[in-house]
Amino acid sequence: MQTFDLEAQGLRNLNSALHAQSANTNQTVWEVINPKGSHAIAVGLDAPIEVNVKGHTGYYCGGMNKQATINVAGSAGPGVAENMMSGTIVIEGDASQYAGATGRGGTLVIKGNASSRCGISMKGIDIIVHGNIGHMSAFMAQSGNLVVCGDAGDALGDSLYEARLFVRGSVKSLGADCVEKEMRPEHIEILKDLLERGGCDAKPEEFKRYGSARKLYNFNIDNAY
Amino acid sequence: MCGIVGLFLKDKALEPKLGEMLTDMLITMTDRGPDSAGIAIYGADTKGKAKLVVQSDVPEQDFPGLDIAMAQSLGGPVSIRVNDTHAVLEMGAELLEVARSRLSEVNPRVRMMSRGENLEIYKEVGLPKDVAARFDIAQMSGSHGIGHTRMATESAVTTMGAHPFNTGSDQCLVHNGSLSNHASLRRKLRRQGVHIETENDTEVGAAYLTWRMMNGATLGEALESSLDDLDGFFTFVVGTKDGFGVVRDPIACKPAVLAETDQYVAFGSEYRALVNLPGIDHARVWEPEPATVYFWSHKGAPTAHEKAA
Repeated sequence: MQTFDLEAQGLRNLNSALHAQSANTNQTVWEVINPKGSHAIAVGLDAPIEVNVKGHTGYYCGGMNKQATINVAGSAGPGVAENMMSGTIVIEGDASQYAGATGRGGTLVIKGNASSRCGISMKGIDIIVHGNIGHMSAFMAQSGNLVVCGDAGDALGDSLYEARLFVRGSVKSLGADCVEKEMRPEHIEILKDLLERGGCDAKPEEFKRYGSARKLYNFNIDNAY
Repeated sequence: MCGIVGLFLKDKALEPKLGEMLTDMLITMTDRGPDSAGIAIYGADTKGKAKLVVQSDVPEQDFPGLDIAMAQSLGGPVSIRVNDTHAVLEMGAELLEVARSRLSEVNPRVRMMSRGENLEIYKEVGLPKDVAARFDIAQMSGSHGIGHTRMATESAVTTMGAHPFNTGSDQCLVHNGSLSNHASLRRKLRRQGVHIETENDTEVGAAYLTWRMMNGATLGEALESSLDDLDGFFTFVVGTKDGFGVVRDPIACKPAVLAETDQYVAFGSEYRALVNLPGIDHARVWEPEPATVYFWSHKGAPTAHEKAA
């Protein structure tokens, strides 16, 4: 295992060392100590490596991730896993605003709560939140799955496209064009897999599904004020 | 962007280190706001005395004799303590409001930074570490304080445009964000007789709170009504004689982190600002909810009050 002291060795050295790893690297497990809320930790990775961050992170941790598994033993600042392509990111604590925004693939697991705009404009990522999420989550989400074991804040799924939203707790309010939908057997199967991948012991049957009413797809004078 | 920090001590043993801890937090936030910085410190009780902190661009000309001229104008003793471009004028508490109005008559070049019994505000243009060093903030002790690193968006980079803004005796505010209705609100408040000095949006926010409190609102009520009347983005951190409050607008784009231990409550725009505080690894750390007023006081229990939709 490689240990990297972020405070002593610096962010650029960390990210260039991680970027230098190829698909066949022997240095498969990395530990980052003293993150102290620093920005842009482990961004732009593209190798099947595991990075364990021992503490809280600042903005954009794990952004644009491909292939790598990133575990944060703390909370994450704004924009964690932003535009992730593949791989897995697990946050042991809470995540700040716009977690997993614009993500195209991979899995983001947040074991605490996520703040506002979680999964905003998601485009294929799967996000599994053990706790609650804040307002405007999944705004303009296009595809992928958002699983919330706790409650959702205001305007969930505003102007939603084809992403699937599963919420176990209450939803403070639904955004424009977001509606509750029937949980069919295929959705139970999808959710079962997501809960397993997220390490949640919740039962799929306890969730409600939300999605797009598809009324904003085309111009309709009745949508005007 | 702007960076804001705040520290409200519960443990008196930490009071001698308040300036040092706030300075460290402020410098960490330099890359959120490198053009100006300011800090408000609530110091020890001065037993019937009050302080007017003033600033001059030519302190060597303006400060000698300012205490005597003010004493003559007020008809009571005034002492002066010069600290770089700032000076603390101390007088009987009953003279404070008169002193404030007489300052521009006595010397129109001297500008008021703050007024109150415990409050002292120091702010200047420049890198936060330079500003903190000029005033030797690290040496200051106190019970609570707030600070700001500015990245100017709404008005000129000047001392008067720097935060914190003093909004009434022993009251001050720092702001991260931008207000979009500050021009119309400034006109409205000026018509009500509120004195607003600059074209800065935050000063309008501060003046708005003062105006609401002048008309009978508590600080908590004033902060709640700011959620209706101020348009734009804001995270506010406010200080009062014995209290410390936080409020974010309903959209809550601007970042905010609160931490609480048995020893203190701390606020930072980012968690990075808090990493060197004692016991932070075991603190309760959370993101304040939008449209919710959080307030701690040395006189009472902490409160969090969500604004009804």
